[in-house]
Amino acid sequence: MKRVLLLTLAMFAMPVATAQTLRIGLAEDPDILDPTMARTFVGRIVFAGLCDKLFDLDEKLRIVPQLATGYEWSKDHKSLLIKLRPDVTFHDGEKMDAAAVKYNLERHKNMKGSNRRGELAVVSSVDAVDPSTVRINLSAPFAPLLAVLTDRSGMMVSPKAAEAAGEKFGARPVCSGPFRFVERIAQDRMVVERFPNYWNKGQIHFERIVYTPIVDATVRLANLRSGQLDFIERVGPSDIPGLRNDSRFKVARIVEIGYQGITINVGKSDMAQKNPLGKDARVREAFELSLDRAAIVKVAMEGEAQPGNQWVAPTNMFYGRSAPLPKRNVERAKQLLREAGVPNPSFTLVVATTSDAQRIGQVVQAMAKDAGFDVKLQSTEFATSLNLADKGQFEALVLGWSGRADPDGNLHTMLSCKGPTNYAGYCKQEVEALIDQSRTSLDPESRAEAYDKIAQQVQKDRPIIYLYHRHWLWAHTTKLSGLRTVPDGMVRVQGLKMN
Amino acid sequence: MLNYLLQRLATIVPTLFFVSVLIFGLQQLLPGDPAIALAGEERDPETIRYLREKFHLDEPLPVRYWYWLSGVLQGDLGDSVRIQKPVTELILQKLPVTIQLAAMAMLIALAIGITAGVISAVKKDTAWDYAVNVFALWGLSTPNFWLGILLILVFAVQLGWLPASGYVSPFEDLKANLSAMIMPAFVLGNAIAAVLMRHTRSAMLQVLSSDYVRTARAKGLDERVVVLKHALRNALIPIITLGALEFGTLLSGAVLTEQVFTIPGFGKLIVDAVFNRDYSVVQGVVLFTATVYITLNLLADLAYFLVNPRMRH
Repeated sequence: MKRVLLLTLAMFAMPVATAQTLRIGLAEDPDILDPTMARTFVGRIVFAGLCDKLFDLDEKLRIVPQLATGYEWSKDHKSLLIKLRPDVTFHDGEKMDAAAVKYNLERHKNMKGSNRRGELAVVSSVDAVDPSTVRINLSAPFAPLLAVLTDRSGMMVSPKAAEAAGEKFGARPVCSGPFRFVERIAQDRMVVERFPNYWNKGQIHFERIVYTPIVDATVRLANLRSGQLDFIERVGPSDIPGLRNDSRFKVARIVEIGYQGITINVGKSDMAQKNPLGKDARVREAFELSLDRAAIVKVAMEGEAQPGNQWVAPTNMFYGRSAPLPKRNVERAKQLLREAGVPNPSFTLVVATTSDAQRIGQVVQAMAKDAGFDVKLQSTEFATSLNLADKGQFEALVLGWSGRADPDGNLHTMLSCKGPTNYAGYCKQEVEALIDQSRTSLDPESRAEAYDKIAQQVQKDRPIIYLYHRHWLWAHTTKLSGLRTVPDGMVRVQGLKMN
Repeated sequence: MLNYLLQRLATIVPTLFFVSVLIFGLQQLLPGDPAIALAGEERDPETIRYLREKFHLDEPLPVRYWYWLSGVLQGDLGDSVRIQKPVTELILQKLPVTIQLAAMAMLIALAIGITAGVISAVKKDTAWDYAVNVFALWGLSTPNFWLGILLILVFAVQLGWLPASGYVSPFEDLKANLSAMIMPAFVLGNAIAAVLMRHTRSAMLQVLSSDYVRTARAKGLDERVVVLKHALRNALIPIITLGALEFGTLLSGAVLTEQVFTIPGFGKLIVDAVFNRDYSVVQGVVLFTATVYITLNLLADLAYFLVNPRMRH
């Protein structure tokens, strides 16, 4: 019997994979592969192989040219002149020139259902000066523009293919990246193959990439261990010690540019005034003082995150130094609650059903109890919690943000009065003016100064209590080299090589 | 027979209509605005407005139902808003995968379940009976998720004999296809085998104590003929019903097993669609599986005629 079983299984033994194919395990199935309409973090990882951008980021978050060769701001900072690479073609053989850039930026801005419109709101017009020069005209100076062009807004698709496919372009994207689209089987795999006319082909060492979405972290890791995948993203923090002891694999760790925090309803709806937490800043301060971020990171994330108290990590150059990470102080928290006249405030914290969010909820609940808080946890599936957030039907909500390269992308839509994701309902003219200043000034020092002031004010008002910045955890076979750990969590395929 | 068939077919139309109303109505009870869920992190107000308009989300419920139903009647189940592919194409893409997984699981379940049930009934109150019962209890009480991960760790990670997960089309590579499907099929089949075994056992015990079996034995027939030809054939009727129902359930997707083994079947499709509020996918897939379920029930009823001559009159 045993022999029969062995024979049967041996018969089905795995086919050997070729070194020409890079197999990447993703944590989710991406949404539509159209840079204009796309909205998921995981989709951006696939785009990194498919679609080049005008600019890119390096490991230190500096902006470097990709399809562009250089740029120049006008004196009044209301227009940006971009020089383009002359030798770039799209996967369908069309030329990637100034006219194509103009088409793409206008598509991002005007196409119905575009998710890029907000990022490019200040772009008033685009001129194709000559085939390799494009000018972006702005309604007001906008410092984050270059950073915005390092993401989907800076991705260029073939105008001819986009016109032909219309809204269905994402089903068969045509860009100018190192790999071109071959096929996608929803929830199963996305296959791309080397684009022979890629402008930077010397940096491409694989014939194909297969992206496989595997939602369960344990199964994703099992696929890496069994040799079916070469690289996996978002390894479960609890799996890291085991991987470290295995010489066949390497682990890469990057602090994310996003954050995880607790959004508090301070003005989104009348629920804000019905609860001491939303009504009284002293109660929010007490709540924050009851929390020990280092312990939350240790318990909820197994140490795989960096504690933080702002929209950017403490290591970021725009971190507000005048608003440092507060230490836990339960006695002070109790005193504040007494002063506020609510020694035992009660509120409901909405947490997502993911294990991370559940653990954060439980740790926060236990810590806040020491100061006198009665935190009730409400586990809510993600789409429902977004709806609650949008309608202001919550008191406090555990919510994260995947992050943008420029701090403005982590701040403006959440804390400016009319920000579309301002779920806290926070609106302060002083902060509004400082946000405007940080967006319109191109001088890093002046921006850092504005962010420092914003950080101080936001730390007083606490519409969001920032908790930590996750580590992007990647694991790959030791044979794979050339990996670049850029904080945006995207897997750059240029330079990747199998030894 | 023909009358019976026509009668049953006539009930299918109102049943499907009722199912379509139910699917559409229940979906509206799901909390969460699909436009917000689809608008992504940016939640651009203009995009949200556009999505509401495009998917008629601002229209009254009956109007939206009519838009959907009129499409369905013309064979158009709509497009997935998440990945912009027609729902019909997604169903056709996933259907062969799900059918193969369901068929392999069912084969494993029938082979193990009926054999074990017959042995247990024939060898009642012996060590065989107890052993088979323990096996059934194991099958019933083992969570698929756990068994799946355990099999992956043993056969893929430790021994390296089978791929940990994924799917390869049989037309592309049959060997790779079977090696990818055998573990998930076993996990699913294992649980159903236990149910089938319990039902086969009790049906066989009942049949074995009936008069005609006693007569058959008194006539001196070989015990094997008595058990397999006379007893098992009659005992199969409830097993067919159960088998058809279980097969229908398998066709509607085995969510956890598909998730663990990354099999791109109906289960994963519908769960992802529910979480992303991809309404047309949810509606299309549920309507399709309901139709399959109803058809399978009809086929099971027709199968009674074939195995039990008394029902033909």
